[in-house]
This record gives sequence, structure tokens and C-alpha cells, in this order.
Amino acid sequence: MPKTMYDKIWEGHVVEQRSDNVALLYIDRHLVHEVTSPQAFDGLRASGRTIRRPDSIIAVPDHNVPTKDRNKPNPDPMSTAQLAALEDNAREFGLDYIPMDDVRQGIVHVVGPEQGFTQPGVTLVCGDSHTSTHGAFGALAFGIGTSEVEHVLATQTLILKKAKNMRVTVTGELPLGCSAKDVALAIIGEIGTAGGTGHVIEYDGPVIAGLSMEGRMTLCNMSIEAGARAGLVAPDDKTFDYLRGRPYAPKTGQWEAAVSYWKSLRSDEGAKFDREVVINGSQIVPLVTWGTSPEDVAPVTGSIPLIASFKDRSKQEGVVKALEYMGLKEGTAITDIKVDRVFVGSCTNSRIEDLREAAAVIKGRKVAGHIIEAMIVPGSGLVKELAEQEGLDKVFTDAGFQWREPGCSMCLAMNPDKAGPGEHVASTSNRNFVSRQGPGARTHLVSPAMAAAAAIAGHFVDVRDF
Amino acid sequence: MEKFTEISSIATPFPRSNIDTDIIIPAKHLKSIKRTGFGQHAFESIRFDADGNRIKDNVFDGERYKGAKILIAGDNFGCGSSREHAPWAIADLGYRCIIAPSFADIFAGNCIKNGILTVELSQDAVDALVLAAEAGHVINVDLGDQTVTCGNARYEFDFNGEHKEMLMKGLDEIGQTLTAKTAIAGFEGKQKTQTPWLYRA
Ligand code: SF4
Repeated sequence: MPKTMYDKIWEGHVVEQRSDNVALLYIDRHLVHEVTSPQAFDGLRASGRTIRRPDSIIAVPDHNVPTKDRNKPNPDPMSTAQLAALEDNAREFGLDYIPMDDVRQGIVHVVGPEQGFTQPGVTLVCGDSHTSTHGAFGALAFGIGTSEVEHVLATQTLILKKAKNMRVTVTGELPLGCSAKDVALAIIGEIGTAGGTGHVIEYDGPVIAGLSMEGRMTLCNMSIEAGARAGLVAPDDKTFDYLRGRPYAPKTGQWEAAVSYWKSLRSDEGAKFDREVVINGSQIVPLVTWGTSPEDVAPVTGSIPLIASFKDRSKQEGVVKALEYMGLKEGTAITDIKVDRVFVGSCTNSRIEDLREAAAVIKGRKVAGHIIEAMIVPGSGLVKELAEQEGLDKVFTDAGFQWREPGCSMCLAMNPDKAGPGEHVASTSNRNFVSRQGPGARTHLVSPAMAAAAAIAGHFVDVRDF
Repeated sequence: MEKFTEISSIATPFPRSNIDTDIIIPAKHLKSIKRTGFGQHAFESIRFDADGNRIKDNVFDGERYKGAKILIAGDNFGCGSSREHAPWAIADLGYRCIIAPSFADIFAGNCIKNGILTVELSQDAVDALVLAAEAGHVINVDLGDQTVTCGNARYEFDFNGEHKEMLMKGLDEIGQTLTAKTAIAGFEGKQKTQTPWLYRA
């Protein structure tokens, strides 16, 4: 029987079949960061257990790290304690640990691929929902909670229920000025934030094949916003070229065998998916979210939908609440929304290609006078270094952007990087939830190019006419 | 882990859909390295105004639903981040069971690990239970029978057998899995010959 890529990876990792669709599944790779791991390490100590395979783990701080003045003492004692706990635990249990002052440090989902730790066909977990990012390589990658982190540390396995297969095919050709972020938002706008619940989404079609590895990561990253725990893209030559020579990638001698295994992962012709969605990629336009859920999207050429246009009553009530929070009115043109703050960063859009995309728009221009702060936070020290070699940092700082150290930053505002109450933020992150970027902050999710254009114009603009 | 077999309790109605884990416990409170103490910040934006004053008549703090062990929630409850601090915070408020039309996958998994039962019922059933909760009726949830009863109403729910046993016996999941050590080692032996690059010396 023809199989999907998900079926193949799943079946290849079953240690014990427990019932019809529940199995003890082997986990190959584990990424650990400071926020969701301390209680797991404590649990191990309390029960006198050890880590089964320290060689399957990389630990790196990201959520909490300051993005400036790193040479000064961290003024937040709780954050300091959490960062120290990660370092102590990594040392005690003998894990590969990337400290804050290492050029490889960055957001865990940028670091994994960059180090060649993320590979096709592996099962990869992290105590973070955006672990779905790594699916861009054809890895079965998903977020887990802290108890599961402890379970994987101790046993290298998880008891899991097999998800359903869903395929999202994006046909046609992506228009100029649109990027993977717009594809992700278009899909979520179409299927909704619960559209993928209980499924693993495989992305397919010419638009996906045409995306770079960075673009595929952006897309898979937001699978969780569509409700799916994991996203997948079939590995191809782009995947192999990206991985070749990276520190954790298979070495010469093993490389050929690895590639031939990776090539076998693709979904078979005629494989059955439980759900199929087709999106016409040629019709995608740059998108902006106007509400407090990633499904609240509108084309930059359009306006905030009318409340009456939503059929079901509870959705209407939700929209009323969201607009009240956002301080916006139905029917307002998207380009009439003023922007107070700009954030380019997060595991969705902080890779080199994202920064190039933003720099291309910014070059030779200035941030609008009323913008309180416009900030670029590279995804890792290596991204930062490369961007500086290309002179992108100059483009940003000349325009009035701040050029920061790598980390999660204003994506979740756990460190001092946050927006004030009522401020509208053009953000390249992935969640526009209530108070996500600071109490009362109003987040609009956009692509890097759209965020850059909004910083210059001071309101949302169609980057295609910019 | 604390066992879950059956509870009878009044319930807190909170039927808003798409309640994300940032609402359940905001990121700024995730810096603790302990598992306890998150309840004071749970549902912060629902319970406190911008100045930190308690919002009058919020369902979590009022006398009306005091002591409730059941939370009746909306569709797609617990979406967003994987933070287990969310079920820790909910448990800290005293809840042992959440009933909703649907849950986000990671959140539901995290609940089980903390002895919290997540029950999925149809939207109609949940709507009826919200009314019952508002009227102060006692709701019974029985995991053994997989039923929710309230007055004359009785609803059955699905629950994965593996997890049911874990919850009903209050088993330590890691301890259980470690009994499969030989199978795990066997898997590794096989994998090491097939994909040796996944292993470092
Ligand atoms: S950048 Fe944001 S979404 Fe990504 S891991 Fe960090 S906090 Fe999570």
C-alpha cells in the first residue's frame, strides 16, 4: 500500500505498538532550552534517573536572553536563575551546550538546522510548540511539554497517538513581493487555527518546491498556528545542499547512504491523505493580521472584514472582542492602520534570507519619525555574523533600526523587549495573541518585507508598490 | 501522579473559544524553575485589570464557583505554546477536569501528565453543561465509565486506553516506559546499523 512520508517516519520509529494507533515511539533528536526544561531535570534528579542518550541533545538558551548589553549583569534575577539552571544541568548531565557568548547561540529552531542537527527522517522534539519548524527538512518534529521532556531524557521515547494525514498543496507560482510567511498566513486564513488539529500537515506543490529551505522553515514553523503539531516538506536537493558539511550532518563515507535513505522518505504516488486542501499560490497577496488570532488575516489591499460577514454567532462575538482589544473598527482599510513599533525576528523570520528581504526594502530609506522603536533580532549569532559580512547591519542602523543580539526577544516578551499597551506592532513573529508582546500590545503578523515597509511608511503598505 | 477515577463538583463556566496558553499563563510568569505557584497568575488578563486590581465578578475568583474542580471551556482550548505551566496553573486553581468541544493536542497531552482529565463533548453538550454550571448544578465525571452526568443528562466520551489506565492508577509514566528497556535497546541496535550517522561514539 502506498504510504505518506509521515507514515514512513512513524513506522520507522515504533519501538512497541501499544494499541491500534498508540505506540511507544523512538526519539532521535532533542533540543533543550531554559524555560521548559528545569523542572524536567529536577524530576530526573529526584527519581535518581539518568539521561539515556546525551549524544541526542543540544541545549541552548534563547527565550529569556537579553538582546543587548550582554556584557552587563542581567537585571532580572529570575531570568538569571533560569539561564544558570540550563548551564548547570547541561554540565551535570554532559550535554552539548551552546552558551550565550558563543557565535552559534540563537533561537533553538534556527540553531538546530544551522548545525545540521535537524535531518530528514529523524524524530525531533523540543519543549516548544514551534518545533514544527524542523519539518522543513522532512523530519517528524513536534513540540512537547515538560513532563514529556523528562520522559524523552530518561527513555528516548514517547507514548504517542498517531495523527491523521493532511496534505496542503499550493499550486501555481508565488507572485513577486509575496513570501513563505504570506503562504503560511494564507493557509491559516483558509483552514483556521484549529484546521489542522489532530493532523500532521504535509506541504506539497510547485510553490513549496520553489521555496528555499528558509522559506520552508517559515512555513512549517506556523503549522502549529494551523492547529497541527507537525508540518512536513519532502527532502530534495535543496535540503541536501543545505545540510552538506554542517557540524552534525553525516560525514563523507556516510553521506551517500544518508542521502539515499532521505530520498526514500517522500510520500508514495497514490498515498491516501485523510484530508486534502488545495490553495492557489498565484492568487496569494501580502497579508496582515488585524485580530488576536493568526486566522484573522486580510490582504494588504483589503480591509478588516465586517462583523456581519462571519456566519456563526460565537465567531462574531470573538471578532467584536478582538477588535475592541486591537482598537480597530470593522471595514477599516489595512493601509490605514498606523504602526508604532516594528519587530523583525523570531523563529519564523530571523534567518539570513528574511534579513535580506527586509534590507532590500529598507536600503537608503529612513524609519518613520513617530515609530517608537524598530528592531531587528537575528535568529542566531551565525546569522548575525553573515548579515554583518553582507553589510546588512549598516543598512538597518543607517535607516534607524536597532541591531540586536540573537534570541526570542519581542516574539514573547519574556525579556525587556516588549511593546507598550495599545501600541500597534508590525511583527514577523507567529502569534498575535492578547498581550503576547507585552500587556495590551497589539500585534500584526506580517512578512519581513511588509514589516520593513511598514517601518518606513509608518503604517501598513503594499510592499509591491513600494 | 494523583489518580483520577471520578469526581463530582460544581463547575466554572468559561466557554470562550481559542483560549491560548498565553491567556492561561502569560510568558512573563514562566521564569520560575518550580512546578508550583503558577495559579496566582493563571488567567491573569481575565482576573485582573491593567493596574493589577481584581476584576469584579470574574468567574475564577467569585464566591459563586468557589471550590469548583471542573472547568467548562470553549473550542480549541489550550492552543498556542507547549508550556506545561498552563496545566500546572490550572491545577493550582484546583481544577482536575476540563470539558470542552475540542482541545489543542499538546495541551491535552500535558494535562494527562498532571492528572487532569480532558473531556471532549459535542458543542451542544458543552452548551448544556455551561447552563448547568451557571445554575450551580453538580456535575459528575466518571473516567471508568467514560461518562459525564448532570441531573438527567448523561454524555459518553472517548478516551485513549493507554492514558486512561495511567490516569486511573496514577502511574508514573517514565517508570512504566522503563520496563520496556530491552525493546528500546533492541530498536537502537537495529537503528545503529541502518542509520549510523545518528549516533555519536
Ligand atoms: S522565537 Fe517565539 S515562537 Fe520561536 S521559539 Fe522563541 S518564543 Fe517561541
